[in-house]
Amino acid sequence: MTRRWSFWTIFAAATLLIAGVVSYFASLSPDGLDSTTLRGCQVVHTAAGEQLTGDCIAQQIGEHHLADSPLAGYTLGAREGTGGLAGVIGVLVTVGVAGGGFWLIARTRPGRSEDPAVQPSGR
Amino acid sequence: MSAQHVAMHMSDGIVDAPTSVMFAAIALIVLGVCGWKARSELDERTVPLAGLVAAFIFAVQMVNFPILPGVSGHLLGGALAAILVGPYTGALCIAIVLVVQSLLFADGGVTALGTNIVNMAIIGVGAGYGIALAMYSVARRRAEGLPVRVIGLIAFLAGLIGTVFAAMGFVLEYAIGGAAPSSLGAVLGYMLLTHVLIGVGEGVITAVTVMAVVRARPDLVYLLRRQRAEVVL
Repeated sequence: MTRRWSFWTIFAAATLLIAGVVSYFASLSPDGLDSTTLRGCQVVHTAAGEQLTGDCIAQQIGEHHLADSPLAGYTLGAREGTGGLAGVIGVLVTVGVAGGGFWLIARTRPGRSEDPAVQPSGR
Repeated sequence: MSAQHVAMHMSDGIVDAPTSVMFAAIALIVLGVCGWKARSELDERTVPLAGLVAAFIFAVQMVNFPILPGVSGHLLGGALAAILVGPYTGALCIAIVLVVQSLLFADGGVTALGTNIVNMAIIGVGAGYGIALAMYSVARRRAEGLPVRVIGLIAFLAGLIGTVFAAMGFVLEYAIGGAAPSSLGAVLGYMLLTHVLIGVGEGVITAVTVMAVVRARPDLVYLLRRQRAEVVL
């Protein structure tokens, strides 16, 4: 029983630790896809922000439709150093949406009684 | 027009509108089928694992690792999710992560959700799981009880190859509706090079995670449950 509990505790703690702490150590370089779309361009830092010069796929990219959302870019209101907290919020939202959704799907499982009163859950 | 260095997935505007709509439709249809089929994978015991796997993949996707000077990569999670919770539930896990990232964190374009879901949730999961299942079946025919490290090797290769397939999904979409100057050959070559390297990282993370769960709770691992295997711990 202890072993069972420790599995869930460790898995959940590792998830929160990765989102909340390890994420600060992430590489800031563009990923494989972004660097593919940036090929042919130079990123130039100007007073107006980063500009792309040259000819590349990334020039087709507009601003994200939700760029002004409170958690945009894994930050709280674009504040520096809030990435970990944003990550923890993301973990909680994801586990809530996924867990809730999967619970609903499991309820419609074939062979399961339609009426919960007839087949009480095993708790 | 700014280079969004926090962005991890396809942004809006990389492929044209008809292509985006077409892949959004494909994504919706396939996810609908997954929702229907996932009923046979999910029960009271596996629902918590599936929820946690989705959250774990969200967390690990935040941690970009360097692959080349100035280029990084991150976990996609398709093979990992499929091995742990099954292919249909696994595809839904990745799709949920992508929707949360796009709508809550402005990462991955909203109109690119269809293409991102097809690449990572459908192609990545399908290819990763297909390879894992094929290798696992072959390995089990040779030996009844499989050492955990063999499961780890299978997970590594499924993660690696699944990542390359997912990247080729992008190349396909770019070939159909790419709205930009880069030649298809250049896109193909560079996507292949970077995603073989990202795939190595994906394989390592997939193997380490799968081996940890197999050691702690082999009864929960979908690939083993499905085949009713004996694992030598």
